[in-house]
Parts: sequence; structure tokens; C-alpha cells
Amino acid sequence: MLELLAGFITELRNAGLPVSLTENLDAMHAISHIPLEDREAFKYALGATLVKNNAHWRSFETVFEVYFSLRGPEYSISDGEGSIEDFLQQMQDQQMQGEGNGGAGGMDSLTPEELMNILMNALMNGDQAMMRALARQAVQRFAGMEPGRPVGGTYYLYRTLRNLDLDGMLDKLMEASKQQVGGELTNLEERLEKDEYNHRIEQFKQEVEAEIRRRLVADRGAEAMAKTLRKPLPEDVEFMHASRDEMQNLKKSLQPLTRKLAARLARKRRHGRKGPLDFRNTVRHSLAYGGVPAEPKFKYPRPAKPELIVIADISGSVAAFARFTLMLVYAISGQFSKVRSFVFIDGIDEVTEYFKKTEDISEAIHRINTEADVIWVDGHSDYGHAFEVFWDKYGKEINPKSTVLLLGDARNNYHASQAWVIKEIRQKARHVYWLNPEPRSYWNTGDSIVGEYGTHTDGVYECRNLRQLEAFVEKLA
Amino acid sequence: MTHRFESVQSVRDGLKAVNYLADEGIAGVAFLADRLGKPVLVEGPAGTGKTQLAKSIAEMTGAKLIRLQCYEGLDESKALYEWNYKKQLLRIQADRGSDSWDDIHDDIFGSEFLLTRPLLEAITSKEPVVLLIDEVDRVEVETEALLLEILSEYQVSIPELGTIEATQIPLVFLTSNNTRELSEALKRRCLFLHVDYPQMDREKEIVLTKVPGVTEMLADQIARIVRSIRQLDLKKSPSVSETLDWARTLVLLGVDSIDAEQAKETLHVLLKYQSDIAKAAKELSDD
Repeated sequence: MLELLAGFITELRNAGLPVSLTENLDAMHAISHIPLEDREAFKYALGATLVKNNAHWRSFETVFEVYFSLRGPEYSISDGEGSIEDFLQQMQDQQMQGEGNGGAGGMDSLTPEELMNILMNALMNGDQAMMRALARQAVQRFAGMEPGRPVGGTYYLYRTLRNLDLDGMLDKLMEASKQQVGGELTNLEERLEKDEYNHRIEQFKQEVEAEIRRRLVADRGAEAMAKTLRKPLPEDVEFMHASRDEMQNLKKSLQPLTRKLAARLARKRRHGRKGPLDFRNTVRHSLAYGGVPAEPKFKYPRPAKPELIVIADISGSVAAFARFTLMLVYAISGQFSKVRSFVFIDGIDEVTEYFKKTEDISEAIHRINTEADVIWVDGHSDYGHAFEVFWDKYGKEINPKSTVLLLGDARNNYHASQAWVIKEIRQKARHVYWLNPEPRSYWNTGDSIVGEYGTHTDGVYECRNLRQLEAFVEKLA
Repeated sequence: MTHRFESVQSVRDGLKAVNYLADEGIAGVAFLADRLGKPVLVEGPAGTGKTQLAKSIAEMTGAKLIRLQCYEGLDESKALYEWNYKKQLLRIQADRGSDSWDDIHDDIFGSEFLLTRPLLEAITSKEPVVLLIDEVDRVEVETEALLLEILSEYQVSIPELGTIEATQIPLVFLTSNNTRELSEALKRRCLFLHVDYPQMDREKEIVLTKVPGVTEMLADQIARIVRSIRQLDLKKSPSVSETLDWARTLVLLGVDSIDAEQAKETLHVLLKYQSDIAKAAKELSDD
């Protein structure tokens, strides 16, 4: 047990979770108070002592599944005949209740259509045990898993789900529930039903995923498996290579992040240097000491908030990054006296209005993607032209209070750089910063000319993930 | 040392008896907190019953609840202890000339002149205590250090008096809305519990226990609608307490089954931003 835990904790650390020695000891203590056969309690005991940040919970869960999935009676893989028999019995019972075609000799002899029918019934009734059994059967039948085959779990998952056609299942379920009610559902009811089924299907998918994982662990061993499943924590996901799922997660973690950032910045502003003596306040507090001014009070200076101009490249390769930075900047726009934003590909357009008109940042971002006029010739990034136009149109509005933020990878498709614009901007503005979502080692390779622009700015920063972006924004305000 | 709880299940049942429906995780962590003698850091969105958990545990164990509400600018003299200056001054002036300086000096720094504040009160109390440190994320990082000694050793050091140790180990709950990252030192000393919006079934149960006069069917509908609304991309998702408010509203209005119209008219109980209400109303009525 001890060894297993040690391996588990090492894996957590490898996954990027900061687990300290005391926490490790706490975990050992904690599980001594928990009945080991209670899997859920065991999991929470480990979770409460080892994971101190909610964003890390998912990583913890994955590692936990891998390490402890084969332990516990209901989770064992049904290899032995006995369990298969039970399983079939269960299936048949279900069929008797459901449709009455109990003639099928066993699970393996069921046709795919019959299997689908059973699955549909299970989803309809929200039968958890049945769904788990079906997930097993589906994996066994459709995934085509072979021991030692060097493919990832996602491949098997894809194969299984493709055969099950869960999207079609949703429509069928909706049809069925309509018939059950015996008439049309109102919109509200329909929506609620749909959510319910979606939820159940999602549950089923997770069962399938877990089943695949269990089998893979049995095949390859926990350590190898944990390695392949290792995913970066949300704050370490790179903007440029984030999958759709990761993007969703990033979006979710953006909101608490902005709240934290805003709180921190407001605090920083208030608790800056001390200012001159506040005479009135000092005298008032001296009363507590019999008129002796023992506790001097000071006036706190209120530093002016910076004005921000964001110029973002939104061409395909860096769009996700630009979107993110804009979201972050607008979410904490209270910390700046004014925020103006421009987006470009080879033409440039001001999008400040989109953010002003709506409270909803994602809607504004959506409008940028669809409405902003950013294409001049061919829709390939042309930093030079965009900067030139910017300078002509808006150059005179830059003043010594403004901070200019340039976002992009500076991959200019070998157009003219027009770096003089940046030089001019820097002379008028307070600061000019460049944020580059590419790893530093890629800079100035190929058509990237970030170095050429960079010499005219106050600094070029690598912003590959949320952590780096956060650190930069905090420095800015 | 005797333990307060028998098993995880007993915690769950006990909490249920005082109308708090805990899930496996909540009950498990509360149980461990008692066994390990460690504080619990409860984190999660506003209105999911973090503070209520501490209150319910106090009610369940029959302990006294001592609450320290945190805010920016909270300091030692409000959280731990303070010398009663006025009384000390009186003491000095009362018999001026009779005592020598040494006597007075020893005397005015005795426990008689000490004003106990929540933290000190919690550990000196004779009866069992549940200490609730509410919204700990509101204090500054520097002030957080105040809590460290009491959380790990259950003692308070007062320079003039020496160290005061706890007579009994209180159950400590810290809540945080996560407006800032708490320091590693604090997190390390605590068990961590994240309380999220409940699953649909549990939410339905909560509505049923907390709102008198609600029918099973209505509770079910409420829980389903709230779940749908939480899936939208909103500024502020409806919390459990808002769900309960909404349920109460519907019961007062005498509704047994919600239709889209009624849902739309009462949405403002559930959601607090105009843009959110508009969005939810739109989602509930079409498609």
C-alpha cells in the first residue's frame, strides 16, 4: 500500500501538482482513518489532503483512476467466466422487463441493433448499473483492443463511440419521450428533457472512457498509462496548440483568474507608497493616546490609471491567443482609465465599440470574428501594412499616458516590416510592449521578424500560456 | 482523545438531521477534520452553503459557533486579542503612589486586562467550539500569517503573558470565495474542500427539505431548469441559495408546475444581472 501511494504521489508531482512532504504525511494519516474498501471516501481523503487547488482536481482524478482503478470488487475486469455469467443474467432480466425478447442466448449473440435498443432503454430510465455494463460490452465489442498495441486511449474511444452513434441516439430518445407524453412537448419541457438526456449520454461516455482506461492499465501497467494520460494543468496549456476541450477549460479558468487579478490590482493601487502626513486623521487618532500623536496617519496617493491600446493580430495561427488576451484585458478594464482595441490581419480595424455596446465579452469577441474589417488584399498577416494604416489613422491619438500592447507572432509573410511605425509610437507613448505566443526558440526563424520590431519596444514577452499572460498583465497595471 | 464522529455515514446522517444535505465529499472531509484535528479550507462559488456547513456542524455537535468575519484591514487586535488600555490606565491611576512600578507592571499585563477576540476565545473556551473564519481571502497576505500559529498548533503566543494553549481542539472551518490565491503556508495546514453547485438530484433534495410546501414535481422541475441555466455562459450562475429563493417565490405564488411564461417572469429572483436574465429568458423560450 505504502509503495503504491508513493508511486501515486510521484505521479501527481510529475503531473505538475505541488505536493509537499507534509501533505504527503497528512494523506498517510488520513487514509488510516478511512475504511479502505470505501473507494469514494478513500478518494476524498486523498483529495482533501493532496489537492489544494480546484483547477488541479481533474488531473488528480485522472491519476487516481489510473492508479486505483483495478482495485475494488465492482471495478475488476470481467475476464472470468463467473462474472460474465452474472452479467448475462443481468442483461436478460433487463430484456424481460424491457421488451420481452429474452430469447437471446447471451450478450455476444446480440445483434448491434438489439444492443442499441438496450442502451436506449437504459438511457431512458437513467439506469446506472445497466449503463456501466453496457459500456463494458461496447468497449469489448467495438474498440478492438489488442494487448500491446501502441495506440492511445482516444483512438479506442473514438472507435467505440463511432459505432454507437450517440448523436442519433439523442434524437431517438427525444422522439420516444414525445410519444410517451402522447403529444407535443412545450419548448421548455423539450429543452429540459434534452438536457437530461445529454447529461446521461455524457455519463455513458465517461463510463466508456473509464472502461477503456481500466483495460489499458491492465495491459500496460499504471506508470506507463499515467505518462500517456498526463495533461498540462489549465494554466500551462499553450494557446497556440490548445484543443477544443482545453480551450473550454481555459475559458472557465479565465473568469476566476480575472477576478483574482482585479482584486490584486485594486489592492496594489491602494497600498502603494505612503504619501504626505494626513494631519486631520493623525489628530483624531491621537485622542486614544491622551492627545499624543503616537500613531501618525498618511495620505495615500492615487496613481493615475494607465490608458491601454491593444493592437492584436487575429489571423488563424494566433487568433486564440488574441481572443484570450482581449478577454482578459476587458475583464479587468476597470483597472485602466481607457481601453482601445484594434485588430488586424493585413488590414486594420478598431473594435472598441463592440466591447462598449455589450456587457458580454464573448459576444463582442464573436462580433470581432465576424464583422471586423481586417482583410485588405489576401487575408495573410501583413504587419507592416497594418501598422502603417494604424499610424496614419490613429497615430495622433497616442499620448504620453498610453501604453501600447502589440499581440502577435510577427510572422509577416516576408512583407515589408515598416518597423519605423513602432519606433514613432514608442516616442509618443509611455510604454510599448510586444506579446508573442510562440516559444522563444522559434522567434526570428522563418518569416518571424519579432526581433526587428522588438528593438523598438520596451520589451518582448513570451506569452504561451495563461500563467505567463497573468504575470504580464499584473506587471502592466 | 475522543472523537466527535463515528464514521463518514454518521456525519452525513447527523447533518441531514439538521437539514444540511452533504454529499460524500463534504461528509468525508468533515469526518477527517475531526480525526486528524486539522482545519478545513472550504472553497467554492458564492452561495453554495460553505458558511452553512460550519453552522450545521456546530448545530449537529451541539458546539458553540464562534465566527470571525474577515475583511481588509483586519488585524491582531480584532482577530486575536487586545489589551484593555482604558482599564490599564484606570488601574495605574487608581492607586497612584502606593504600589511600586514593578507591581503595577506585572499587574496590568495580567489576563484580567486582556480582551479576548474570536480566535483566542475559541481556543480558551471550556465547552466544545466550532470556529468559523469566514471569507479568509479578504485579508491581506500579511495578515494571513496571524492565523498560522493557531491553525497548526492551536495556541496563541502573547509576548507579555506567554503561550496560551487550547483546552480542547476546536473544529475549524475557513471559507474562501477564491478572490485571491491563498498562501501555500495556509493551504498546507488545512484539508481542502471544494464545494461546487450540487448535482441535480441533490439540489432537488435540498429544495425539498428547505422549502416547506413544495411538491416533489415542482422541486424536480426547479432543479432541472436551474441545471439548464447553469450550462449557459453567464456572468453569475444561480447559486443554491438563489435556487431556494426561487422555489419559495414559486410556492408563494401558488405555482405547481412551471411553464415558460412563469419561469421568465420570476427569473429575476434567480439571476442578478440584466444581461444574464435576457439571455436565460431567450434560451428558455425558443428552441
